[in-house]
Amino acid sequence: MFLVESTLRSALAPSSALASALPAAAPQEAAHWEPFLPGLVVLLPLLGFVANGFLALRAARRSSAAVRAGKEWSPIAGSVRPRTHTLPTWIGPGVMAAAFGLAAINFATAWGAHLAEPVIAGPYWTWIATETLRIDAALQLDALSLAMTMVVTGVGFLIHVFSVGYMKDDPGYPRYFAYLNLFVFFMLVLVLGSGYGTMFVGWEGVGLCSYLLIGYWFSDVKKSDAGKKAFIVNRIGDFGFLLAIFLIFQGFGTLDFMPVSAGAAGEFAYGGTMVTAITLLLLLGAVGKSAQVPLHVWLPDAMAGPTPVSALIHAATMVTAGVYMVVRSSALYALAPTSQAVVAGIGVLTAFVAATIAFKQNDIKKVLAYSTVSQLGFMFLAAGVGAYTAAVFHLVTHAFFKALLFLGAGAVIHAMHHAVEHGDEPPAGHGHMDPQDMRNMGGLRKHMPVTWAVMGVATLAIAGIWPFAGFFSKDEIIWYAGAWAGAESNPFGGLYVAYWVLALVTALLTAFYMARLMVMTFHGANRTGPAASHLHEAPRVMIVPLVVLAVLSVLGGWLNVPEALHQTALGLFGAVPAEGLHHWLAPVVHAAEEIQAGAIGEASKSAPIGGGELAWALVSTLAAAAVVIATFRVLGRRSYATAAADPGPQTALGRFLHGKWYFDEAYERTVVQPVLAASRWCWKVVDTRVIDGFVNFTGSFTRVAGWVASVFQTGQVNMYAFVLALGVLLVLGAAVLLP
Amino acid sequence: MPRELPGRSMTKSYAPILVILGVSILNAVGMVVASHVLNPSRPTPQKSMPYESGMIPLGDTRARFSVKFYMVAISFIVFDLETIFLIPWAVRARELGWGPFVAVFLFVVVLAVGLVYEWKKGGLEWD
Amino acid sequence: MLLDYSSGFHYLLALAPEVVLSVAGMVVLLAGVTGKREGGPGHELGWLSLAGLAAAAVANGWLYAGVAEDGATAMIAVDRFRLFANWIFLLGAAFAVVVSLDYVARQKLQAGEYYSLILFAVVGMMFMASARDLMIVFLGLELMSIGVYALAAFNRRDRRSAEAGLKYFLLGAFASGFLLFGIALVYGATGSTNIHDVAVAVQEGTAARGLLLPGVALLAAGFAFKVSAVPFHMWTPDVYQGAPTPVTAFMAASVKSAAFVAFLRVFLVGLGDVSSEWGPILWWLSAATMVAGNLIAVVQSNVKRMLAYSSIAHGGYLLVALVAGNDTAAGGLLFYLLVYTVMNVGAFAVLIVAGNQSERGSRIEDFGGFGWRNPVLGVFMTIFLLSLAGFPGTGGFMAKLFLLQGAVEARLWVLSVILVLTTVVSYWYYLRVAWYMWMKDAPEGTAPARLAVPIAAHAVLLIAAGLVLLTGVFPGAPLELAMGAVEGLVEVVAGR
Repeated sequence: MFLVESTLRSALAPSSALASALPAAAPQEAAHWEPFLPGLVVLLPLLGFVANGFLALRAARRSSAAVRAGKEWSPIAGSVRPRTHTLPTWIGPGVMAAAFGLAAINFATAWGAHLAEPVIAGPYWTWIATETLRIDAALQLDALSLAMTMVVTGVGFLIHVFSVGYMKDDPGYPRYFAYLNLFVFFMLVLVLGSGYGTMFVGWEGVGLCSYLLIGYWFSDVKKSDAGKKAFIVNRIGDFGFLLAIFLIFQGFGTLDFMPVSAGAAGEFAYGGTMVTAITLLLLLGAVGKSAQVPLHVWLPDAMAGPTPVSALIHAATMVTAGVYMVVRSSALYALAPTSQAVVAGIGVLTAFVAATIAFKQNDIKKVLAYSTVSQLGFMFLAAGVGAYTAAVFHLVTHAFFKALLFLGAGAVIHAMHHAVEHGDEPPAGHGHMDPQDMRNMGGLRKHMPVTWAVMGVATLAIAGIWPFAGFFSKDEIIWYAGAWAGAESNPFGGLYVAYWVLALVTALLTAFYMARLMVMTFHGANRTGPAASHLHEAPRVMIVPLVVLAVLSVLGGWLNVPEALHQTALGLFGAVPAEGLHHWLAPVVHAAEEIQAGAIGEASKSAPIGGGELAWALVSTLAAAAVVIATFRVLGRRSYATAAADPGPQTALGRFLHGKWYFDEAYERTVVQPVLAASRWCWKVVDTRVIDGFVNFTGSFTRVAGWVASVFQTGQVNMYAFVLALGVLLVLGAAVLLP
Repeated sequence: MPRELPGRSMTKSYAPILVILGVSILNAVGMVVASHVLNPSRPTPQKSMPYESGMIPLGDTRARFSVKFYMVAISFIVFDLETIFLIPWAVRARELGWGPFVAVFLFVVVLAVGLVYEWKKGGLEWD
Repeated sequence: MLLDYSSGFHYLLALAPEVVLSVAGMVVLLAGVTGKREGGPGHELGWLSLAGLAAAAVANGWLYAGVAEDGATAMIAVDRFRLFANWIFLLGAAFAVVVSLDYVARQKLQAGEYYSLILFAVVGMMFMASARDLMIVFLGLELMSIGVYALAAFNRRDRRSAEAGLKYFLLGAFASGFLLFGIALVYGATGSTNIHDVAVAVQEGTAARGLLLPGVALLAAGFAFKVSAVPFHMWTPDVYQGAPTPVTAFMAASVKSAAFVAFLRVFLVGLGDVSSEWGPILWWLSAATMVAGNLIAVVQSNVKRMLAYSSIAHGGYLLVALVAGNDTAAGGLLFYLLVYTVMNVGAFAVLIVAGNQSERGSRIEDFGGFGWRNPVLGVFMTIFLLSLAGFPGTGGFMAKLFLLQGAVEARLWVLSVILVLTTVVSYWYYLRVAWYMWMKDAPEGTAPARLAVPIAAHAVLLIAAGLVLLTGVFPGAPLELAMGAVEGLVEVVAGR
């Protein structure tokens, strides 16, 4: 029963724990580990998508039936919601909870077993099988993918719960959850896929969902344009990724991660052209997906989507896919020092540019968007200086506090939106007040104390102040950048010193713009006007996820206390085990670290201008705290004009930063307009004259020929029999006479 | 299954058929030709009419028959053919043994199903 | 177990699916006349037939799982090729039965006869797939055809249906005569009707060429009629349009598949060594069928008739596989038949539902705004149309891809180019329907009622669409099965 067998194989049990030919990393007490229903983790969100999608179709059908009947029907109008708008409340977060539960079980057991070698679940089926290329639908479970899965399902679950409150009054409620579930499914495919092929499926899938969710309110042209922009900019990156995949296939004959990372050192020479090309092309893909300079322009526009979407996709998970991919390919990057320098350079440059832009933004989500771009830059910096653990560490903590910031901003927007809607009279000046503009806020602390508190925690975390999560992760990145610069035979040592300085400065800028956000939103005098009386704290279903994320933002940093800080006061005198995450991830980056150690040598034990890790950690946290306090002092006293009354930035630098370094304008002039002009020419000349002419000709020719042939179709049986006999004669004649 | 006759022996084994074919064609053509040649021809109006029995044909010869006639005819053919299968088997039934018996039995069962169907459907009722 | 045909009983075992389905057909027939409410909706008979098909599928699975035959010369082949093909027929028939349920009830057709004729026709198809003897091929073909003649004329109250049945019968009988004559000539040339023996005789050169080549030509003509290759296609549009729509679905999918399966075995296994003689003939048939089928489909204004021409065109694509004649093409043909059955029945099923279980509403204008009125059906129909057109991501695309691969391996450049170009033409008429569905308004003056979609039909649509997408995105498993089914088939005769 071959068929039955192969069907059964696609059931959810993993069939083999693949013992691969990884170099003898031989970690300590690696015990055998069996994953528990890994396929179901991926499948559950997909099922959620199917169920919610079905409900969305039902709702669409009902409302179109109402339109046909000439009636008004809105799913959210009545006091009792239709089932299509109540069931997603349970299905959407429900599948996420189940997936998170399964992921947690797997993570816990794997942690307990000191998982050293990747376990392949599946293959569930063979996706593509040709003589040379074989892509299996299989999952690779290892330290990295399990950690990513925890973040995706865990943070994802919290954001789903938050969405229940946030999207409650949206007519497209089931559609929203369908998209969100689908996104999680693709994200899990991306992080769990066992090769570049499967990863690419997830990569494109999350891009699609991102597009769908940015343009979720598609009737607003600006918002659907933002979706298109995200999609198109991402295509540029995907193009590079795809080329890299081809080159990897050419080099290795396979696209699976394990043979690639095990065989990288044997296949390519250190610093070779091929490996540099592959890694740079991969980087192009990562730059697009993770919104790094110069392809960062889509992410701020992507804020057009619902705020929980920004939290999930454009802060916590999808945009970190680029970082994940670089870490996944660490064995290749370790072989290409030039690419590493480019990765780190793009990262630190992005971090700096985005942080400066965040200075002068007034839209609360735009500030957070640029902050995300900036923090992603830090992760790229870490990946570029070979500190892959630090990159993943920052990815995790950033997922916590940035999701928290976005959701908190969501709660603020939610409250502002309600206030604007229920305000007795339109605020002075304009008819409509922007609920996202911080110039219209101020003093919200009074109305939303819990939101203020958790946002405060997140701000301290992102600013890098001890003992919050961001302190440990960001500090580690900066420290490694310095240490890498001082490595014995680093070919680009001087360059890295510059990176290190820039990173330090950016860390302080971060503290500044976040403090500014807090001041403008929550402190000072309220600028909302008469509508302010309608401001209120978010409902409980939104508050609970905020609090959970706040707790994680406090505790997340203790996952990986640096060795140097472990026994000191900053490490609570060894109360928490040191470098937990580092040990956990060691098998994943082992190949890369071995190559780096051989080529570049030991990292330096001190920063480029002296001083050990502990000293610099102290300096940076104190400096960040000082910046925060100073900002509160200075800006807290200032009185802001409302958005309607604000004349805009007065200085040239202010306008430059407010205009986001004029990236969009530059692209408009150098890329968009020329392309438009060229395409207009193509349309007018090539298309309408040449191609249309040809197509019209073939079209009419086809129709005429079809008509001629159908003339024989008289309906008369004798005619048919005659043609049949004629055909027999033809065939017979051909067979007998031709040979 | 034996197969030994390709090639020349083939033509040989077809020869008798050809002979029969030729003989029957000659026979048919010969009779018609002979009757034309040998027969004295003295036509009268009555003799030239169809069915030269003195009757003037009434109406069109292509009359429509009730479908019942066809039903009976088809049933007849079916069971007529059944006997063609059954008799050769019946002649050698004892020597052939059980295998062919089962085969013939199944054959009859299938026909019986057809009969039951026809019966139930009212195909055997004349009115 | 190993079948050894010295025991007659083993023949019955080898024919287990056919036997099971024949019995089921008889049971349905008798149940139809003994039931209390004769002339009732007959749903229970439909479900009974489905049970019979399922039982046959189980029997087929049993053969698949572990029954082998002794040698490869017996009249009845027990090989993967046959069993895989059987699954296609059974799937197509099951779909046809399910979409017939409400049609038969609403049109007040005689359910017992209707369903049993479908089952008997499937028995005929399975015989064609299993036949390793030209006589069995012919018997299976006739069993199938006679059942389908009657089915085409089944709606006695509809003049077009009667006309369709009569036309099909007359021309079909004509074509069967050619086929039988071809078999006789091949027998005359080789001294056997056994396909394996024919192959040996042809290979050893003992076959009399003067008899063999006309025989091959007539065989080709007979099969070409059944697969409605140009110029033997004239009956197809009229019959497909006139026959009750579920029957059309059945004909377009299963009958064509059966004809191709037998065509393949007779020509590639039996007559493979004279492929240089029949290859050019099929080449021209294929080219003519692809070109004419697609061109004429372009000007059709009735969706049902358009699908008839589309089925002719697909026959042309499939003929390419026969011309190529290698393992890839043969496996590709099986895969194509599977996908084709599913997507075709799916498209016809939407047509049935859209016509409210009648023959109305199949003009292309009737589909104006259809997608917005019935979004679920619209999405399904769009999927099927895209797949029929061969859009990437659907099974139709993958199927065409594998046919092309076979053609390229056989270096059939011109035929490949024709295939690709005519596919491009086909986009026009498939997408035109989709365009009407989504971009046009409903025809004026009609108040489109909401369609009642039976749950069973919904299930069929869902499964069919799922399979189309599954084979489009993950063709691995079914393709592996199809390739495994033809493994060694063509090389069965030693030395080739």
